[in-house]
Amino acid sequence: MNSEEKYLRFTNTAWKVLYWFASPAPYLLIIGIGLFLGSWFLFVEVWRLPRFEKLPGLTTVIKEWLSPDPIYGLSIYTEDYYKHIWVSVRRVFFAFLLATSIGVPLGLAIGWFPRFKDYVFPLFELLRPIPILAWVPISLIVFKGSETPIIFLTFLAAFFVTTLNAMLGVQSIDKSYFLAADCLGASKQQVFLHIVIPGALPYIFTGLQISIGVCWFSLVAAEMVSGEYGLGYVINTAYSMIQYPTIAIGMITLGLIGYSSSAIVRLIGRLLMQWRSRELSVGGSR
Amino acid sequence: MIANLALQSIENKQLKGAISIRDVVKIYDPKGLAVMAVDHCSLEIKPGEICMIVGPSGCGKTTLLNAIAGFHEISSGEILLDNKILCGPGQLKAEPGPDRVVVFQNGALFPWKTNIENVIFGPVMQGIMSRPIALEKARQMMADAGLIGIEDSYPGEISSGMRRRVEIVRALMNEPSVLLLDEPYRALDSLTKSVMHEALLQIYYKNKTTIFFITHDIDEAIFLGHKVIVMTTRPCKPKKIIEVDIPHPRDYSVLTSRRYRELIEETIDSVHEEAEKAFVAGEKEG
Repeated sequence: MNSEEKYLRFTNTAWKVLYWFASPAPYLLIIGIGLFLGSWFLFVEVWRLPRFEKLPGLTTVIKEWLSPDPIYGLSIYTEDYYKHIWVSVRRVFFAFLLATSIGVPLGLAIGWFPRFKDYVFPLFELLRPIPILAWVPISLIVFKGSETPIIFLTFLAAFFVTTLNAMLGVQSIDKSYFLAADCLGASKQQVFLHIVIPGALPYIFTGLQISIGVCWFSLVAAEMVSGEYGLGYVINTAYSMIQYPTIAIGMITLGLIGYSSSAIVRLIGRLLMQWRSRELSVGGSR
Repeated sequence: MIANLALQSIENKQLKGAISIRDVVKIYDPKGLAVMAVDHCSLEIKPGEICMIVGPSGCGKTTLLNAIAGFHEISSGEILLDNKILCGPGQLKAEPGPDRVVVFQNGALFPWKTNIENVIFGPVMQGIMSRPIALEKARQMMADAGLIGIEDSYPGEISSGMRRRVEIVRALMNEPSVLLLDEPYRALDSLTKSVMHEALLQIYYKNKTTIFFITHDIDEAIFLGHKVIVMTTRPCKPKKIIEVDIPHPRDYSVLTSRRYRELIEETIDSVHEEAEKAFVAGEKEG
């Protein structure tokens, strides 16, 4: 990329940011969040509506969250807070990595080899609808310690989503690309490498974005059942010890980290599929 | 006499791309209903000839093209390319290969590869050219086809007319014996189409590759073709062969010539008759 192109890219990005600020989107976003926080504040702390009065109020939660000396022992100034985050992030990271590295190749194979699909897919579809919580006893029996069952449960849900999407990705590829590759003399392996993988990539990344969300989802469920650290554990213990503001802190933290992790996945997808973002930005006429 | 024959055989060797279609029948058998798509069709196409196949939509022209390309099998008969049997009794489906490259109706450039990566795909996959040499040749051929400055863009970033030209160049990179075009300009507007016709002829004059071109546009057929073959509606077989005696090289001034109008008149009656038959048949089926 020469300097001129770099400059063009830069102005393009700058223009997009300006454009975004000129559009109603950022203000609506602020209003949306404001409405949510506002009603939380009003319902719980000002009007004290029935069934709401026991909930932690907005100001209480924020004070606790930002306090150097928190009443219930958890705020951004305490070491434990980061320990919980770190443990949860590490579990999700390993589970997601495992689900991706097994799910993507498996899904591609199911989509690409019809015979393999006949073998695997019916079993796959039988196991898929079983809720993660139903797997808890089995995983506790099979896996030792507290760490592996949690990672296994987190992995499992993400794995099904990833595999299914990789398979759909292969099946979504326009048949004429395969015919064209045959015409141009590509071998089976080359077709797999140059057509199947890149062709399935958009679906794979849709799958990965859902999968990272599902990871957090099942992580919290697993941490509530076993484990001694992690955000799910925080929420569960805070409930049993009636430390209600800490529940809210755990939930908000989960939301923020969950959002950032799917943003990272989205970013990686965009980098790997430049052809798509460039197509869209120009408004390709097809 | 013998010297003469020898000379002829040398000429035949230099000019490749003679297609003989002999008595080809294709019967589809969906749900036990034998539907005849191609009915004892015989055709001879000379090396370096532009042969235009005209017929109503769904008449079975594409079936014939697919049989030559090796995408589908035939039911009986045989197809020869330069006196070698592509498909016939014993091997009803031809092997797809880079000697017969198809340019598809809806385009089949790989959207995840840049234009130049698309163009070098054939020779690099077959391992007959190293990447640098292929890139150099591709640049040259793209420049010859008026495709400069889009090498590193993605197909989604350029106009559909340009995409068609890139696809034709991608096919010609393989130095095929025959180029199979399946209504490649169907989706283009009429202005772009006329530019594309001239561009195709420019490319053709450089390579003199045999072209098997399916269309339902009579103007396109007469303007481009050495000969125009009008097909009957399903089942498909040649109804009328029109030798277009307008000399090549041609340009758009042909469009206003008297001979061009005469040939169109000659063609239009038989095409119209078939179109009406197809319409009536469609009404019945519907």
